[in-house]
Amino acid sequence: MTEKMFMQALGMGIAEEMRIDPKVFLMGEDVRASVYGAASGLHDEFGDERILNTPLSENGFFGAAVGAAAVGMRPIVETLTSFMWVGMDQLVSQAAKMRYMFGGQATLPVVYRAVMYYGGGSAAHHSDRSYPVFMNIGGLKIVTPGTPADAKGLMKTAIRDNDPVIMFEDGTLLGTRGEVPDDPDFTVPFGVANILREGTDVTVVAIAGSVPRALAAAEEMAKEGVSVEVIDPRTLVPLDKETILNSVGKTGRLVVADPAAKVCSAASEIMSIVGEEAFWDLQAPMQKVASKQVHIPFSPSLEKLVYPTSDGIIESIKKTLG
Amino acid sequence: MTTNISKDLLMLMLERMWRIRHFELKLTEMYNAGEVGGVHLYIGQEAVAVGACAALKDSDYIAGNHRSHGHPIAKGANLKKAMAEIFGRIDGYCKGKGGSMHLADFSVGILGESGIVASSVPVATGAALASKLEGKDFVSAVFFGDGASNQGACHESMNLASVWDLPVLFICENNQYAVTTSYKDTVAVEHISDRAQAYNMPGILVDGQDAIAMYEATAQAVERARNGEGPTLIEALTYRFEDHSLGLEKIRKSEYREESEIDEWRLRDPLDLLTKSIVDSGTATPAECDAVSANAHAEVEEAAEFARNSPFPDESELYKDMFASDMPVV
Ligand SMILES: Cc1ncc(C[n+]2csc(CCOP(=O)(O)OP(=O)(O)O)c2C)c(N)n1
Ligand SMILES: [Mg+2]
Repeated sequence: MTEKMFMQALGMGIAEEMRIDPKVFLMGEDVRASVYGAASGLHDEFGDERILNTPLSENGFFGAAVGAAAVGMRPIVETLTSFMWVGMDQLVSQAAKMRYMFGGQATLPVVYRAVMYYGGGSAAHHSDRSYPVFMNIGGLKIVTPGTPADAKGLMKTAIRDNDPVIMFEDGTLLGTRGEVPDDPDFTVPFGVANILREGTDVTVVAIAGSVPRALAAAEEMAKEGVSVEVIDPRTLVPLDKETILNSVGKTGRLVVADPAAKVCSAASEIMSIVGEEAFWDLQAPMQKVASKQVHIPFSPSLEKLVYPTSDGIIESIKKTLG
Repeated sequence: MTTNISKDLLMLMLERMWRIRHFELKLTEMYNAGEVGGVHLYIGQEAVAVGACAALKDSDYIAGNHRSHGHPIAKGANLKKAMAEIFGRIDGYCKGKGGSMHLADFSVGILGESGIVASSVPVATGAALASKLEGKDFVSAVFFGDGASNQGACHESMNLASVWDLPVLFICENNQYAVTTSYKDTVAVEHISDRAQAYNMPGILVDGQDAIAMYEATAQAVERARNGEGPTLIEALTYRFEDHSLGLEKIRKSEYREESEIDEWRLRDPLDLLTKSIVDSGTATPAECDAVSANAHAEVEEAAEFARNSPFPDESELYKDMFASDMPVV
């Protein structure tokens, strides 16, 4: 174990997999210089052949990744969530649908790394938290690491996976630190939630950047004698329903914290599952702590009102306690 | 056109063109009988895909569009599996999940047709990227229409392929119209092939009714691609003899194109032109050419029978193929 930043952990995961498998390559805008950080050092180690600077053509290179994968390569594509809109046709019509539409003939081991900046005054065009959109489409695996160790372990699993994966790399977490296993065999499986803190009174499911906020809220509530269980699903597709349902079976109370906009968020889906499958376990109405249903305003006085906070999570926990 | 192409290759081209023609005449007949739904017919354009694919190897890749039967049949697709797919049956290429617009056969390099106009252009470009990165010698070719040539995906891909010298052939089938709109009203340059200049690649204008000309232009582009010299844009001037698609009754051909224009193009039927070249050059007799057509016709009849008798996919197929691994979809 070594202490690492989330961003370094992502890079470690990529580098280790590139050392193992010559079919893995990385492409994106300015990746050689690693302007977003996680690809730092990769160009020095792997050279021009495997680290490709692309033109600003998201539809073009998102689709080229699909084609390269269809004939046996394992591309990693770096982009920002907000630039994915420009390449949507290739993500949806090709990456997501190709395998099903062709009756299983296409195997597409592509990883789209979507750096997800928000909360830093970037305004509406650079602050998207778009994973629920892709959950709705189907055919894409959706990964939202919440800790540095998961950032590395899930990245490695994503690269080894034979389906198209979108890694949502939460910008508010990139600078967080944590213990990260050095072992190159360390991976984190998809579809297995992480119980970050055990508790008996209330279940808080926290997604991506909400993870540290939920842990802080749980710490506060402990001072008041309330035992909060904090679960990070880690992957939204596939979703580990069992762990969430078991926890709700134990606590009878659910809060879901999700940085995505409230309507049709990941939280909406999780709450719908619990409503359908565990309604009689609930002792109080479920609470959703998601972003306000607005575009991200530039001014800090407004932006700070939008996202889930520890205080917001605490308030919702208290609501479930009546 | 005089040529030094081998008899085998000429007869193979004739065979594949007849397969496409009979396949689609059969589809028309079955559409009229209510057996299959509306599809986009390639009739009139057969020389483009067949001429081009004759210059490709089995190990090369192609991708196509919604006018989707000609490209796979030209590349060697199995007629039975293609027909069964159009019938939505389990023995179809995609187990009935793709239908007419999504025929694909990865085993012979058909990376798939596409219902979204121009959407397969980046995909074919990516296959070429894989060839280059791995130092392989396969190339890829993508067929798209005059309408598709205005999509960003095309422009992005041509630029990308050129800056990276990728072994890909952009084959634009200019059949003069996108549904009812003439390319003259939507393309800012005189010829779509002129756009190659903007991407610093050769742009070749070819008579798309002439299979031999198509073969020769493609062979030249393939050689360039295999030598690491990068992509080529080929514009094939052609014409669809039928409506935009079977089933679009609203779109009367005469409302956007004159009957006289259609008649004029029909005089240059690609099958007649190739047959004439073959016979005039003494390569084969008219009787041999007729036999090729009769054979293809019989194959198509057999394919139709096969498709009719193939079962529909059962419910167990519904969630299959969403992911490579077995995992619950929700
Ligand atoms: C992105 C997209 N826009 C519109 C359509 C509807 N559409 C289907 S075919 C077609 C015309 C395409 O014209 P062209 O590329 O010239 O091909 P052609 O049909 O002439 O073979 C249109 C507009 C579509 N399928 N996809
Ligand atoms: Mg057209």
